[in-house]
Amino acid sequence: MMTGEPYSPVKIKSDVPFFTALWGISGMYFLLIVAVLAADASYTSVHDLWTAVKDPNIRASIWLTLYTCTVTAVLSVIVSVPAGYILARFNFPLKKFFDAVLDIPIVLPPLVIGLSLLILFNQVMIGGQSIENWVGGWLEGLHDWNQNIPSGVTYKIPAIILAQFTVSCAFAVRTMRNTFEGIDPRQEEVAMTLGCGRSGAFWLIALPQAARGVVAAGTLAWARALGEFGPVLVFAGATRGSTEVLATTVFLEISIGNLEGAVAVSFLMIAVAIMVLTSVRILGMRQTV
Amino acid sequence: MIEIRDLCVRAGDFKLDNINLRVPDSGYTVLMGKTGCGKTTLLECVCGLKRAQGGSIRFGSHDVTSLRPAERGVGFVPQDGAIFSTMKVGDQLAFGPRMRGWTKSAALTRAFEIGEELGIGHLMDRSPRGLSGGERQRVALGRALACRPQVICLDEPLSALDDETREEICSLIESLRQNHPFAALHITHSRKEAERLGDEIFILQAGQCIRVNES
Repeated sequence: MMTGEPYSPVKIKSDVPFFTALWGISGMYFLLIVAVLAADASYTSVHDLWTAVKDPNIRASIWLTLYTCTVTAVLSVIVSVPAGYILARFNFPLKKFFDAVLDIPIVLPPLVIGLSLLILFNQVMIGGQSIENWVGGWLEGLHDWNQNIPSGVTYKIPAIILAQFTVSCAFAVRTMRNTFEGIDPRQEEVAMTLGCGRSGAFWLIALPQAARGVVAAGTLAWARALGEFGPVLVFAGATRGSTEVLATTVFLEISIGNLEGAVAVSFLMIAVAIMVLTSVRILGMRQTV
Repeated sequence: MIEIRDLCVRAGDFKLDNINLRVPDSGYTVLMGKTGCGKTTLLECVCGLKRAQGGSIRFGSHDVTSLRPAERGVGFVPQDGAIFSTMKVGDQLAFGPRMRGWTKSAALTRAFEIGEELGIGHLMDRSPRGLSGGERQRVALGRALACRPQVICLDEPLSALDDETREEICSLIESLRQNHPFAALHITHSRKEAERLGDEIFILQAGQCIRVNES
Protein backbone atom coordinates (compact mmCIF):
# COMPACT_ATOMS: atom_id res chain seq x y z
CA MET A 1 0.00 0.00 0.00
CA MET A 2 1.55 3.33 -0.96
CA THR A 3 1.41 6.37 1.30
CA GLY A 4 -1.75 8.41 0.75
CA GLU A 5 -3.98 5.51 -0.40
CA PRO A 6 -7.01 4.76 1.77
CA TYR A 7 -6.60 1.62 3.94
CA SER A 8 -8.50 -1.51 2.92
CA PRO A 9 -8.33 -4.87 4.74
CA VAL A 10 -6.33 -7.63 3.04
CA LYS A 11 -8.27 -10.81 2.45
CA ILE A 12 -6.46 -14.09 3.25
CA LYS A 13 -7.55 -17.71 3.09
CA SER A 14 -9.54 -19.15 5.97
CA ASP A 15 -7.68 -21.16 8.64
CA VAL A 16 -10.55 -23.66 8.96
CA PRO A 17 -9.04 -26.27 6.59
CA PHE A 18 -5.72 -26.01 8.48
CA PHE A 19 -7.26 -26.61 11.90
CA THR A 20 -9.51 -29.32 10.45
CA ALA A 21 -6.44 -31.15 9.16
CA LEU A 22 -4.56 -30.69 12.48
CA TRP A 23 -7.41 -32.03 14.58
CA GLY A 24 -8.36 -34.64 12.01
CA ILE A 25 -4.93 -36.24 11.82
CA SER A 26 -4.22 -36.16 15.57
CA GLY A 27 -7.82 -37.12 16.31
CA MET A 28 -7.53 -40.27 14.18
CA TYR A 29 -4.54 -41.44 16.21
CA PHE A 30 -6.32 -40.58 19.45
CA LEU A 31 -9.35 -42.61 18.30
CA LEU A 32 -7.13 -45.56 17.34
CA ILE A 33 -5.73 -45.71 20.88
CA VAL A 34 -9.18 -45.34 22.43
CA ALA A 35 -10.53 -48.06 20.09
CA VAL A 36 -7.73 -50.45 21.09
CA LEU A 37 -8.41 -49.85 24.79
CA ALA A 38 -12.14 -50.21 24.28
CA ALA A 39 -11.63 -53.49 22.41
CA ASP A 40 -9.59 -54.82 25.34
CA ALA A 41 -12.22 -53.65 27.79
CA SER A 42 -15.00 -55.33 25.81
CA TYR A 43 -13.14 -58.65 25.71
CA THR A 44 -12.53 -58.85 29.45
CA SER A 45 -14.68 -58.51 32.52
CA VAL A 46 -14.33 -57.61 36.17
CA HIS A 47 -14.51 -61.36 36.91
CA ASP A 48 -11.59 -62.09 34.55
CA LEU A 49 -9.58 -59.24 36.08
CA TRP A 50 -10.28 -60.51 39.58
CA THR A 51 -9.36 -64.08 38.58
CA ALA A 52 -6.09 -62.79 37.12
CA VAL A 53 -5.22 -60.75 40.22
CA LYS A 54 -6.00 -63.73 42.51
CA ASP A 55 -3.74 -66.05 40.50
CA PRO A 56 -0.53 -66.40 42.57
CA ASN A 57 1.65 -66.61 39.45
CA ILE A 58 0.23 -63.38 38.07
CA ARG A 59 0.52 -61.65 41.46
CA ALA A 60 4.16 -62.69 41.61
CA SER A 61 4.57 -61.36 38.07
CA ILE A 62 3.04 -58.01 39.09
CA TRP A 63 5.42 -57.61 42.02
CA LEU A 64 8.44 -58.65 39.98
CA THR A 65 7.42 -56.19 37.25
CA LEU A 66 7.08 -53.32 39.72
CA TYR A 67 10.47 -54.20 41.21
CA THR A 68 12.39 -54.56 37.94
CA CYS A 69 10.80 -51.50 36.31
CA THR A 70 11.66 -49.36 39.34
CA VAL A 71 15.27 -50.57 39.45
CA THR A 72 15.52 -50.00 35.68
CA ALA A 73 14.13 -46.47 36.02
CA VAL A 74 16.60 -45.59 38.79
CA LEU A 75 19.56 -47.00 36.83
CA SER A 76 18.39 -45.21 33.69
CA VAL A 77 18.28 -41.87 35.52
CA ILE A 78 21.73 -42.46 37.04
CA VAL A 79 23.18 -43.09 33.57
CA SER A 80 21.12 -40.67 31.47
CA VAL A 81 21.86 -37.56 33.57
CA PRO A 82 25.66 -37.56 32.92
CA ALA A 83 25.23 -38.80 29.36
CA GLY A 84 22.62 -36.14 28.57
CA TYR A 85 24.79 -33.42 30.17
CA ILE A 86 27.85 -34.44 28.14
CA LEU A 87 25.86 -34.38 24.90
CA ALA A 88 24.21 -31.05 25.71
CA ARG A 89 27.23 -29.14 26.93
CA PHE A 90 30.43 -30.38 25.32
CA ASN A 91 31.92 -30.74 21.87
CA PHE A 92 34.47 -33.50 21.48
CA PRO A 93 35.92 -35.70 18.74
CA LEU A 94 33.50 -38.38 17.49
CA LYS A 95 30.59 -36.74 19.34
CA LYS A 96 28.18 -37.61 16.51
CA PHE A 97 29.33 -41.23 16.63
CA PHE A 98 28.93 -41.35 20.42
CA ASP A 99 25.43 -39.87 20.09
CA ALA A 100 24.47 -42.35 17.37
CA VAL A 101 25.66 -45.34 19.41
CA LEU A 102 23.57 -44.24 22.40
CA ASP A 103 20.53 -44.17 20.09
CA ILE A 104 21.05 -47.70 18.73
CA PRO A 105 18.82 -49.43 21.34
CA ILE A 106 15.93 -47.25 20.15
CA VAL A 107 16.11 -48.53 16.58
CA LEU A 108 17.30 -52.12 17.03
CA PRO A 109 14.61 -54.82 17.06
CA PRO A 110 14.04 -55.82 20.70
CA LEU A 111 14.71 -59.52 19.98
CA VAL A 112 18.11 -58.56 18.55
CA ILE A 113 18.97 -56.73 21.78
CA GLY A 114 18.04 -59.79 23.84
CA LEU A 115 20.03 -62.07 21.56
CA SER A 116 23.03 -59.72 21.68
CA LEU A 117 22.95 -59.65 25.49
CA LEU A 118 22.76 -63.45 25.56
CA ILE A 119 25.80 -63.72 23.29
CA LEU A 120 27.72 -61.03 25.22
CA PHE A 121 27.30 -62.79 28.54
CA ASN A 122 27.68 -66.38 27.39
CA GLN A 123 29.86 -66.47 24.29
CA VAL A 124 32.39 -63.65 24.74
CA MET A 125 35.41 -65.01 26.60
CA ILE A 126 37.62 -62.99 28.92
CA GLY A 127 40.54 -64.82 30.44
CA GLY A 128 39.07 -68.14 29.29
CA GLN A 129 35.70 -67.57 30.96
CA SER A 130 32.44 -66.06 29.82
CA ILE A 131 31.18 -62.88 31.46
CA GLU A 132 28.33 -64.93 32.90
CA ASN A 133 30.85 -67.16 34.67
CA TRP A 134 32.83 -64.18 35.95
CA VAL A 135 29.74 -62.43 37.30
CA GLY A 136 28.27 -65.71 38.51
CA GLY A 137 31.46 -66.37 40.47
CA TRP A 138 31.19 -63.02 42.26
CA LEU A 139 27.48 -63.40 42.92
CA GLU A 140 27.69 -67.00 44.13
CA GLY A 141 29.45 -66.04 47.33
CA LEU A 142 26.81 -63.38 48.00
CA HIS A 143 24.09 -65.89 47.13
CA ASP A 144 25.42 -68.32 49.73
CA TRP A 145 25.22 -65.55 52.31
CA ASN A 146 21.75 -64.38 51.24
CA GLN A 147 19.59 -66.64 49.10
CA ASN A 148 17.66 -63.62 47.83
CA ILE A 149 20.73 -62.50 45.89
CA PRO A 150 20.73 -64.21 42.50
CA SER A 151 23.66 -66.45 41.64
CA GLY A 152 24.02 -65.31 38.04
CA VAL A 153 22.60 -63.09 35.35
CA THR A 154 21.28 -65.05 32.34
CA TYR A 155 17.75 -66.41 32.82
CA LYS A 156 17.58 -64.77 36.23
CA ILE A 157 16.17 -61.49 37.59
CA PRO A 158 19.30 -59.40 36.82
CA ALA A 159 18.80 -60.36 33.16
CA ILE A 160 15.30 -58.84 33.23
CA ILE A 161 16.69 -55.59 34.63
CA LEU A 162 19.60 -55.48 32.18
CA ALA A 163 17.32 -56.21 29.20
CA GLN A 164 14.85 -53.51 30.26
CA PHE A 165 17.65 -51.04 31.07
CA THR A 166 19.43 -51.47 27.73
CA VAL A 167 16.39 -50.16 25.87
CA SER A 168 14.85 -47.79 28.44
CA CYS A 169 18.06 -45.89 29.14
CA ALA A 170 18.32 -44.79 25.48
CA PHE A 171 15.00 -42.97 25.80
CA ALA A 172 16.03 -41.47 29.13
CA VAL A 173 19.29 -40.17 27.60
CA ARG A 174 17.36 -38.44 24.83
CA THR A 175 15.06 -36.83 27.40
CA MET A 176 17.92 -35.60 29.58
CA ARG A 177 19.82 -34.23 26.59
CA ASN A 178 16.78 -32.17 25.57
CA THR A 179 16.35 -31.06 29.18
CA PHE A 180 19.92 -29.81 29.56
CA GLU A 181 19.84 -28.18 26.12
CA GLY A 182 16.85 -26.18 27.32
CA ILE A 183 18.76 -24.78 30.29
CA ASP A 184 20.72 -21.58 29.66
CA PRO A 185 24.44 -22.48 29.90
CA ARG A 186 25.23 -18.87 30.78
CA GLN A 187 24.04 -19.49 34.33
CA GLU A 188 26.66 -22.21 34.78
CA GLU A 189 29.31 -19.95 33.24
CA VAL A 190 28.45 -17.19 35.71
CA ALA A 191 28.63 -19.73 38.54
CA MET A 192 32.11 -20.73 37.38
CA THR A 193 33.30 -17.11 37.46
CA LEU A 194 31.95 -16.89 41.01
CA GLY A 195 34.28 -19.63 42.24
CA CYS A 196 32.97 -23.08 41.46
CA GLY A 197 34.30 -25.58 38.97
CA ARG A 198 32.27 -27.33 36.28
CA SER A 199 31.11 -29.97 38.78
CA GLY A 200 29.83 -27.30 41.18
CA ALA A 201 28.01 -25.54 38.33
CA PHE A 202 26.42 -28.87 37.40
CA TRP A 203 25.26 -29.85 40.92
CA LEU A 204 24.23 -26.38 42.13
CA ILE A 205 22.87 -24.72 38.98
CA ALA A 206 22.08 -27.16 36.14
CA LEU A 207 20.74 -30.19 38.00
CA PRO A 208 18.20 -28.33 40.17
CA GLN A 209 16.76 -26.80 37.01
CA ALA A 210 16.67 -30.21 35.37
CA ALA A 211 14.57 -31.78 38.15
CA ARG A 212 11.40 -32.05 36.09
CA GLY A 213 13.38 -33.51 33.21
CA VAL A 214 14.83 -36.11 35.57
CA VAL A 215 11.33 -37.11 36.66
CA ALA A 216 10.23 -37.27 33.02
CA ALA A 217 13.25 -39.41 32.09
CA GLY A 218 12.60 -41.79 34.98
CA THR A 219 8.90 -42.05 34.12
CA LEU A 220 9.63 -42.71 30.46
CA ALA A 221 12.20 -45.37 31.42
CA TRP A 222 9.71 -46.99 33.81
CA ALA A 223 6.92 -47.04 31.25
CA ARG A 224 9.24 -48.35 28.55
CA ALA A 225 10.54 -51.09 30.86
CA LEU A 226 6.97 -52.15 31.63
CA GLY A 227 6.35 -52.96 27.99
CA GLU A 228 9.69 -54.61 27.16
CA PHE A 229 9.04 -58.14 25.95
CA GLY A 230 11.52 -59.25 23.27
CA PRO A 231 14.86 -58.73 25.08
CA VAL A 232 13.40 -60.01 28.37
CA LEU A 233 12.09 -63.18 26.72
CA VAL A 234 15.41 -63.99 25.02
CA PHE A 235 17.83 -63.00 27.82
CA ALA A 236 15.83 -63.76 30.97
CA GLY A 237 13.33 -66.26 29.71
CA ALA A 238 9.73 -66.42 30.88
CA THR A 239 9.87 -69.02 33.62
CA ARG A 240 6.70 -69.00 35.66
CA GLY A 241 7.39 -68.01 39.26
CA SER A 242 10.98 -67.02 38.47
CA THR A 243 11.53 -64.55 35.63
CA GLU A 244 7.94 -63.92 34.62
CA VAL A 245 7.00 -60.23 34.29
CA LEU A 246 3.69 -58.85 33.05
CA ALA A 247 4.87 -58.50 29.44
CA THR A 248 5.86 -62.18 29.32
CA THR A 249 2.75 -63.20 31.29
CA VAL A 250 0.62 -62.02 28.37
CA PHE A 251 2.74 -64.20 26.05
CA LEU A 252 2.46 -67.21 28.38
CA GLU A 253 -1.32 -66.85 28.73
CA ILE A 254 -1.72 -66.63 24.94
CA SER A 255 0.53 -69.64 24.46
CA ILE A 256 -1.71 -71.82 26.68
CA GLY A 257 -4.85 -70.58 24.91
CA ASN A 258 -6.11 -68.42 27.78
CA LEU A 259 -6.98 -65.32 25.74
CA GLU A 260 -9.26 -63.95 28.44
CA GLY A 261 -6.41 -64.15 30.95
CA ALA A 262 -4.02 -62.51 28.48
CA VAL A 263 -6.41 -59.60 27.89
CA ALA A 264 -7.05 -59.27 31.63
CA VAL A 265 -3.30 -58.99 32.29
CA SER A 266 -2.97 -56.52 29.40
CA PHE A 267 -5.67 -54.40 31.04
CA LEU A 268 -3.79 -54.57 34.33
CA MET A 269 -0.66 -53.28 32.57
CA ILE A 270 -2.66 -50.43 31.02
CA ALA A 271 -4.11 -49.55 34.43
CA VAL A 272 -0.68 -49.59 36.10
CA ALA A 273 0.81 -47.46 33.30
CA ILE A 274 -2.02 -44.90 33.49
CA MET A 275 -1.67 -44.67 37.30
CA VAL A 276 2.08 -44.06 37.09
CA LEU A 277 1.86 -41.53 34.24
CA THR A 278 -0.99 -39.63 35.89
CA SER A 279 0.76 -39.54 39.28
CA VAL A 280 3.90 -38.17 37.74
CA ARG A 281 1.99 -35.54 35.75
CA ILE A 282 0.16 -34.42 38.89
CA LEU A 283 3.48 -34.29 40.74
CA GLY A 284 4.96 -32.24 37.91
CA MET A 285 2.04 -29.77 38.02
CA ARG A 286 2.34 -29.40 41.84
CA GLN A 287 6.00 -28.50 41.51
CA THR A 288 5.18 -25.63 39.18
CA VAL A 289 2.55 -24.08 41.49
CA MET B 1 44.18 -3.33 36.01
CA ILE B 2 43.34 -5.45 32.95
CA GLU B 3 46.07 -5.87 30.38
CA ILE B 4 45.41 -7.77 27.16
CA ARG B 5 48.48 -8.32 25.01
CA ASP B 6 48.58 -9.77 21.49
CA LEU B 7 45.57 -11.93 22.31
CA CYS B 8 44.47 -14.46 19.69
CA VAL B 9 41.16 -16.29 19.95
CA ARG B 10 39.58 -18.82 17.60
CA ALA B 11 35.93 -19.83 17.84
CA GLY B 12 34.93 -22.02 14.90
CA ASP B 13 35.50 -19.96 11.75
CA PHE B 14 35.69 -16.75 13.78
CA LYS B 15 39.00 -15.34 14.97
CA LEU B 16 40.50 -12.37 16.79
CA ASP B 17 44.20 -11.71 16.28
CA ASN B 18 46.69 -9.61 18.24
CA ILE B 19 44.20 -7.76 20.39
CA ASN B 20 45.79 -5.20 22.70
CA LEU B 21 43.84 -3.38 25.36
CA ARG B 22 44.63 -1.89 28.75
CA VAL B 23 42.22 -0.90 31.51
CA PRO B 24 43.97 1.00 34.33
CA ASP B 25 43.32 0.36 38.03
CA SER B 26 39.80 1.56 38.90
CA GLY B 27 39.37 2.44 35.23
CA TYR B 28 36.14 1.95 33.29
CA THR B 29 36.69 1.03 29.66
CA VAL B 30 33.85 0.64 27.21
CA LEU B 31 34.19 -1.54 24.15
CA MET B 32 31.90 -1.02 21.20
CA GLY B 33 31.65 -2.57 17.76
CA LYS B 34 29.32 -4.07 15.17
CA THR B 35 27.29 -7.14 16.00
CA GLY B 36 29.40 -10.23 15.43
CA CYS B 37 32.77 -8.46 15.60
CA GLY B 38 33.91 -10.46 18.64
CA LYS B 39 33.22 -8.25 21.64
CA THR B 40 31.51 -10.97 23.67
CA THR B 41 34.17 -13.50 22.63
CA LEU B 42 36.86 -11.15 23.92
CA LEU B 43 34.98 -10.64 27.17
CA GLU B 44 34.53 -14.40 27.61
CA CYS B 45 38.26 -14.81 27.11
CA VAL B 46 38.98 -12.24 29.84
CA CYS B 47 36.64 -14.18 32.18
CA GLY B 48 38.25 -17.50 31.29
CA LEU B 49 35.14 -18.90 29.61
CA LYS B 50 36.96 -19.17 26.26
CA ARG B 51 40.52 -20.28 25.79
CA ALA B 52 43.01 -18.00 24.06
CA GLN B 53 45.23 -19.51 21.39
CA GLY B 54 47.93 -16.88 21.88
CA GLY B 55 48.87 -13.75 23.79
CA SER B 56 48.26 -12.99 27.45
CA ILE B 57 45.76 -11.53 29.87
CA ARG B 58 46.96 -9.97 33.11
CA PHE B 59 45.01 -8.70 36.10
CA GLY B 60 47.48 -6.39 37.79
CA SER B 61 50.73 -8.31 38.11
CA HIS B 62 49.08 -11.73 37.73
CA ASP B 63 49.06 -13.57 34.43
CA VAL B 64 45.64 -15.22 34.34
CA THR B 65 45.77 -16.49 30.73
CA SER B 66 45.77 -20.15 31.63
CA LEU B 67 43.68 -19.91 34.80
CA ARG B 68 40.16 -21.33 35.03
CA PRO B 69 37.26 -18.86 35.49
CA ALA B 70 36.95 -19.68 39.20
CA GLU B 71 40.64 -18.89 39.72
CA ARG B 72 40.58 -15.43 38.12
CA GLY B 73 38.43 -13.69 40.71
CA VAL B 74 36.52 -11.77 38.04
CA GLY B 75 32.95 -10.53 38.30
CA PHE B 76 30.82 -11.20 35.22
CA VAL B 77 27.48 -9.58 34.37
CA PRO B 78 26.10 -11.20 31.19
CA GLN B 79 23.61 -9.64 28.81
CA ASP B 80 20.38 -10.90 30.35
CA GLY B 81 21.74 -11.22 33.87
CA ALA B 82 21.61 -15.04 33.77
CA ILE B 83 19.94 -15.12 37.18
CA PHE B 84 19.99 -18.60 38.73
CA SER B 85 16.43 -19.82 38.18
CA THR B 86 16.11 -22.00 41.28
CA MET B 87 17.81 -19.79 43.87
CA LYS B 88 16.37 -16.98 45.97
CA VAL B 89 17.90 -13.53 45.53
CA GLY B 90 19.72 -13.61 48.89
CA ASP B 91 21.27 -16.99 48.10
CA GLN B 92 22.43 -15.72 44.72
CA LEU B 93 24.17 -12.74 46.28
CA ALA B 94 25.79 -15.05 48.84
CA PHE B 95 26.77 -17.62 46.20
CA GLY B 96 30.16 -16.16 45.29
CA PRO B 97 31.34 -15.71 48.90
CA ARG B 98 30.18 -19.23 49.77
CA MET B 99 32.11 -20.66 46.81
CA ARG B 100 35.19 -18.74 47.96
CA GLY B 101 35.00 -20.41 51.38
CA TRP B 102 33.34 -17.69 53.44
CA THR B 103 31.27 -18.94 56.36
CA LYS B 104 27.51 -19.00 55.86
CA SER B 105 26.95 -16.09 58.24
CA ALA B 106 29.70 -13.97 56.67
CA ALA B 107 28.32 -14.67 53.20
CA LEU B 108 24.77 -13.76 54.23
CA THR B 109 25.98 -10.58 55.93
CA ARG B 110 27.79 -9.60 52.75
CA ALA B 111 24.69 -10.49 50.69
CA PHE B 112 22.51 -8.17 52.81
CA GLU B 113 25.16 -5.45 52.62
CA ILE B 114 25.41 -5.53 48.82
CA GLY B 115 21.65 -5.99 48.52
CA GLU B 116 21.01 -2.78 50.50
CA GLU B 117 23.60 -0.89 48.46
CA LEU B 118 21.89 -1.94 45.23
CA GLY B 119 18.38 -1.18 46.50
CA ILE B 120 17.25 -4.83 46.48
CA GLY B 121 17.44 -5.51 50.22
CA HIS B 122 13.68 -6.07 50.26
CA LEU B 123 13.98 -8.85 47.65
CA MET B 124 16.32 -11.19 49.51
CA ASP B 125 13.71 -13.91 50.08
CA ARG B 126 12.18 -13.55 46.62
CA SER B 127 12.43 -16.16 43.93
CA PRO B 128 13.80 -14.81 40.63
CA ARG B 129 10.46 -15.45 38.94
CA GLY B 130 8.60 -12.18 38.65
CA LEU B 131 11.60 -9.87 39.08
CA SER B 132 11.57 -6.90 36.73
CA GLY B 133 14.38 -6.32 34.22
CA GLY B 134 15.95 -3.65 36.41
CA GLU B 135 15.76 -5.86 39.51
CA ARG B 136 17.38 -8.73 37.62
CA GLN B 137 20.28 -6.53 36.55
CA ARG B 138 20.72 -5.30 40.13
CA VAL B 139 20.87 -8.92 41.32
CA ALA B 140 23.38 -9.73 38.57
CA LEU B 141 25.53 -6.75 39.56
CA GLY B 142 25.32 -7.60 43.26
CA ARG B 143 26.22 -11.22 42.59
CA ALA B 144 29.29 -10.13 40.61
CA LEU B 145 30.42 -7.61 43.24
CA ALA B 146 29.76 -9.66 46.38
CA CYS B 147 33.30 -11.07 46.51
CA ARG B 148 34.86 -7.61 45.93
CA PRO B 149 36.53 -8.55 42.63
CA GLN B 150 39.28 -6.38 41.22
CA VAL B 151 38.00 -6.88 37.69
CA ILE B 152 34.43 -6.81 36.47
CA CYS B 153 33.18 -7.60 32.95
CA LEU B 154 29.78 -6.44 31.75
CA ASP B 155 28.24 -7.71 28.51
CA GLU B 156 25.60 -5.20 27.34
CA PRO B 157 24.04 -5.09 30.82
CA LEU B 158 21.52 -2.40 29.89
CA SER B 159 20.41 -3.51 26.43
CA ALA B 160 17.15 -5.17 27.51
CA LEU B 161 16.04 -2.28 29.74
CA ASP B 162 13.73 0.66 29.11
CA ASP B 163 15.19 4.19 29.11
CA GLU B 164 14.17 5.01 32.67
CA THR B 165 15.58 1.79 34.12
CA ARG B 166 18.71 2.17 32.02
CA GLU B 167 19.25 5.61 33.54
CA GLU B 168 18.77 4.18 37.05
CA ILE B 169 21.30 1.40 36.48
CA CYS B 170 23.82 3.84 34.93
CA SER B 171 23.56 6.00 38.07
CA LEU B 172 23.92 2.90 40.19
CA ILE B 173 27.09 1.85 38.35
CA GLU B 174 28.54 5.33 38.81
CA SER B 175 27.90 5.20 42.56
CA LEU B 176 29.28 1.65 42.80
CA ARG B 177 32.54 2.84 41.23
CA GLN B 178 33.00 5.24 44.09
CA ASN B 179 32.65 2.51 46.73
CA HIS B 180 34.27 -0.43 44.92
CA PRO B 181 37.75 -0.12 43.41
CA PHE B 182 37.40 -2.37 40.35
CA ALA B 183 38.67 -2.16 36.80
CA ALA B 184 35.76 -2.64 34.42
CA LEU B 185 35.42 -3.74 30.82
CA HIS B 186 31.92 -2.92 29.57
CA ILE B 187 30.45 -3.86 26.20
CA THR B 188 27.67 -1.80 24.67
CA HIS B 189 26.14 -0.71 21.38
CA SER B 190 24.96 2.57 22.84
CA ARG B 191 27.20 5.58 22.26
CA LYS B 192 25.29 7.52 24.89
CA GLU B 193 25.91 4.79 27.49
CA ALA B 194 29.58 4.62 26.49
CA GLU B 195 30.09 8.35 26.89
CA ARG B 196 28.18 8.38 30.19
CA LEU B 197 30.10 5.56 31.85
CA GLY B 198 33.43 5.12 30.08
CA ASP B 199 36.73 6.74 30.98
CA GLU B 200 37.96 5.34 27.65
CA ILE B 201 36.03 4.06 24.66
CA PHE B 202 37.42 1.52 22.22
CA ILE B 203 35.95 0.10 19.06
CA LEU B 204 36.65 -3.48 18.03
CA GLN B 205 37.01 -3.30 14.29
CA ALA B 206 38.63 -5.72 11.85
CA GLY B 207 40.11 -7.60 14.81
CA GLN B 208 41.72 -4.48 16.27
CA CYS B 209 40.90 -2.38 19.34
CA ILE B 210 40.96 1.26 18.36
CA ARG B 211 40.67 3.98 20.97
CA VAL B 212 37.92 6.42 20.09
CA ASN B 213 37.62 8.64 23.09
CA GLU B 214 39.22 9.37 26.42
CA SER B 215 37.81 11.51 29.21
